[in-house]
Amino acid sequence: MVRILSAVFLTLALSAVPAKAADQPAWDKLLAEADGQTVYFNAWGGDETINGYIDWVGEQVQARFGITLQHVKLADTAEAVARVLAEKTAGRGEGGAIDLIWINGENFASMKQQDLLFGPFVQDLPNFAHVDVQGKPTTVLDFTVPTDGLEAPWGMAQFVFLYDSGTVPEPPRSIEDLLAWAKANPGRFTHPSPPDFIGSTFLKHLMLTYIDDPAVLQRPVEEVDFMEVTKGLWQALEDVRPSLWRKGETYPANGPGLHQLLDDGAVDFSMAFNPAEASAAIGAGTLPESVRTFIPEAGSIGNTHFVAIPFNAAHKAGAQVVADFLMSPEAQAKKQDPEGWGDGTVLDVAGLDPEDRALFDDLPRGIATLSPEELTPVLPEPHPSWMTRIEEEWLRRFSS
Amino acid sequence: MRHGWLRFLPGLTLLLFLGPIAAGLIGTLLPAFGYLPALGGTHLSLEPWRALLAAPGLGKAIGLSLLTGISSTAIAFVLTVLLFASGHGTRAFNRAKRAMTPLLAVPHLAMAVGLAFLLSPSGWIVRLISPWLSGWQTPPDVALVQGPFGIALILGLVVKEMPFLLLMTFAALGQIRADDQIRMARSLGHGPVQAWLKVALPQVYPQIRLPIYAVLAFSLSVVDMAMVLGPTTPPTLAPLVLRWFNDPELTMRLQAAAGAMLQLLIVLAAIACWRAAEGVIGRLSRGWLIDGRRGGDGRIARLFGWSGLAVVVSLAGGSLAGLAIWSIAGRWRFPSALPDRFSVKTWMAQAGHLADPAWTTLAVGVAATALALLLVIGCLENESRQGRMPGLGALTLIYVPLLIPQIGFLFGVQVVLVWAGLDGGWIGLVWSHLLFVLPYVFLALADPYRALDPRYARIALLLGKRPLGVLLRVKLAMLLRPVLIAAAVGFAVSVAQFLPTQFVGAGRLTTLTTEALSLAAGGNRRVVGVFAILLAALPLLGFALAAAIPAWRFRHRRGMAIGAPG
Repeated sequence: MVRILSAVFLTLALSAVPAKAADQPAWDKLLAEADGQTVYFNAWGGDETINGYIDWVGEQVQARFGITLQHVKLADTAEAVARVLAEKTAGRGEGGAIDLIWINGENFASMKQQDLLFGPFVQDLPNFAHVDVQGKPTTVLDFTVPTDGLEAPWGMAQFVFLYDSGTVPEPPRSIEDLLAWAKANPGRFTHPSPPDFIGSTFLKHLMLTYIDDPAVLQRPVEEVDFMEVTKGLWQALEDVRPSLWRKGETYPANGPGLHQLLDDGAVDFSMAFNPAEASAAIGAGTLPESVRTFIPEAGSIGNTHFVAIPFNAAHKAGAQVVADFLMSPEAQAKKQDPEGWGDGTVLDVAGLDPEDRALFDDLPRGIATLSPEELTPVLPEPHPSWMTRIEEEWLRRFSS
Repeated sequence: MRHGWLRFLPGLTLLLFLGPIAAGLIGTLLPAFGYLPALGGTHLSLEPWRALLAAPGLGKAIGLSLLTGISSTAIAFVLTVLLFASGHGTRAFNRAKRAMTPLLAVPHLAMAVGLAFLLSPSGWIVRLISPWLSGWQTPPDVALVQGPFGIALILGLVVKEMPFLLLMTFAALGQIRADDQIRMARSLGHGPVQAWLKVALPQVYPQIRLPIYAVLAFSLSVVDMAMVLGPTTPPTLAPLVLRWFNDPELTMRLQAAAGAMLQLLIVLAAIACWRAAEGVIGRLSRGWLIDGRRGGDGRIARLFGWSGLAVVVSLAGGSLAGLAIWSIAGRWRFPSALPDRFSVKTWMAQAGHLADPAWTTLAVGVAATALALLLVIGCLENESRQGRMPGLGALTLIYVPLLIPQIGFLFGVQVVLVWAGLDGGWIGLVWSHLLFVLPYVFLALADPYRALDPRYARIALLLGKRPLGVLLRVKLAMLLRPVLIAAAVGFAVSVAQFLPTQFVGAGRLTTLTTEALSLAAGGNRRVVGVFAILLAALPLLGFALAAAIPAWRFRHRRGMAIGAPG
């Protein structure tokens, strides 16, 4: 099943990539234009190690290209979407407040559909040539939506569960086992509250577990009987809810919020959309050393996150240069370093120059990080319309 | 020298004020009825209201807003009355009054974060009694913070609003010469509580009515505090509406605009109900007021009033201490009462991130406060030169920004500012803060200004001083203390603003408040502690300066010392 999906993916992906080489004189012109610009990078700011990485990027682009990178910390990426819309409402076609947005999934689909994005620009970025669009088809297919050169891939994410091996010696092997564990240990398990992306992705794993035919998830939700397809998901949630932390009356706001509960010993599991996050948190002293990670035997969802430029960005040249730098082997290797963020690369490492490849080969693997072999299979994201519907339905059932 | 321009100042002030609010209300009202051309909404419809009424959790969210807003206002008011009734004129009470100023200064968000650290299941209170007393090795699974009935939110609002009502009542009592009348009632044999309730309260209440409505409106529509302390599934109405404004599904903006209008209606309805309740209570108590009973020694009122005060002060103190300790905590697992080790690592790591928002907070606060002082002093000076008191109407208009929920007009203000090219810039941000700073500066300064003996100015004029010289060298010099306190109040109000900064700052201008709230969602207590403690420190510093400067300036003038006659 997964293999068929991957094949579908690959075909779509290849057709979505325009074969066009970067144009050197045009790029030089862009670099000259970018020099001295201030790029307002609107990116979720809830994680200190990620913020630290963005600081490093700021230092680098200042030193190399004369660009000042201003990290505008968001609690939710949708705030940036709202801002661009407000500007469009007011008829501001240029000079917008946002130059670059960290984005994927439903936010991208929404902005693409409303024509709020600049581009296509990605195929003109020199470093895009190193991106592994064949081995990592999600770098051009964002939640099944073709990126069409409107967003530049930044990192690979995969969902993992965290557990405290001090209190749970043997982690569950499947979502069913996990829910059974939660029922047997009332108050010791919970998930972030949708529409937080960790919370929503947890629900998607439940949906994948209790669905008859996962292939329907690749189509827009409007084409199927949503309630019928997701019946198993809601049944499973209703069953487990009384056994959740605080009986499911309240939920942590996001992933780091759930980590804090795990560190407090209030629950025994957490979740992350980055296999290296647990190791980084142990290193930073915000999670106990006994924390380890696992994924269900059936696999876990992986996706790509991107950066995009609003249609009215004031500093498009600077934003493109930053987007290109984010895809450079050096920036990608630094990002994958488990001492820092530990986020997976979008590049085809095997195809890089030996010098660049060495940057990746030298990286250590954290104490709680699974090996690439253990992190299989990787499951595809459903069409973004599913996310919206699941969140709505969750809010209707559990938040009213 | 004639100051003709001064005459236009009150009008200009009101225009600066009501203009953006009216524009903001219209800019929210139109989308609420489907008109938002950027989204293709070009004709009016009721669809946003239908979507709003069908939104999951709406009924519960409204119920929670009413529950938390009304009960916190009622508790803060009743506590205030009990404290005055049982403590008026005592030395302990005057000391308590001084403790209120710092509580008033600490921004709502800093207090909320501190309270969450204190009251959560893994918070300080539980840590202090675990495991030796409670037996808990892991945090108990109980919900107070973000719990279903909003108890933590109610507590947080009471902690912040009671000091405000207390200080407002103090100011109002000064105007009615309450001391003499209460002494009279006491000499006629009334107990302390009865004397205050029957003599002072009926006169004071009309004076503090508007502050009470402001507290009610604020509590019903608070966003930052509710996001930290309030329930989440669903939250109270205002954060729910903000969530819709931020939804990736862009057409949700229309539903959000309708929600913002609903919030406005709820606040207006609640104020109307409160007003009606005043009438009913007033009528019912008429007989009691003149029945001539003198009452006892007020032991019960004293017990409740002072225990309430003790709870408020210790919650606030514990919150601030908790913030400070988290900001310097190394590894600190449950159930340790204190961190295993302390470190300044978080402060060092955050220093670079603190600088920009701290600077913006300071700059916007100082600019908005300076403008507000200029306008308020100008209006008051005009009033004293014209020799007439403004009617109740004008006074109410000053209060408008405090009585209308922020979420009801800020979306519209944002659209207007973007249209004018002023969003994300200093002018727009200072202006949006001014809307909320000015009323408080006016509140703080109007009474002392009007109370200044006019003969000082008259003598100075007779001695040949120009009016401007009289204003600067005589009036303001004598009013240095209240002017600085008004400035400190204004600055504290500016520092605390979340929604205006969020909507108008465009993310380009961030303050400690907006940074702290986006970090609070991340749950890294150490980093949040650093931001929140700095957030609390800035306005406290303002009040410390407001106390220190006159003390130094007047160090050789006994007549200007605190408590000096005249």
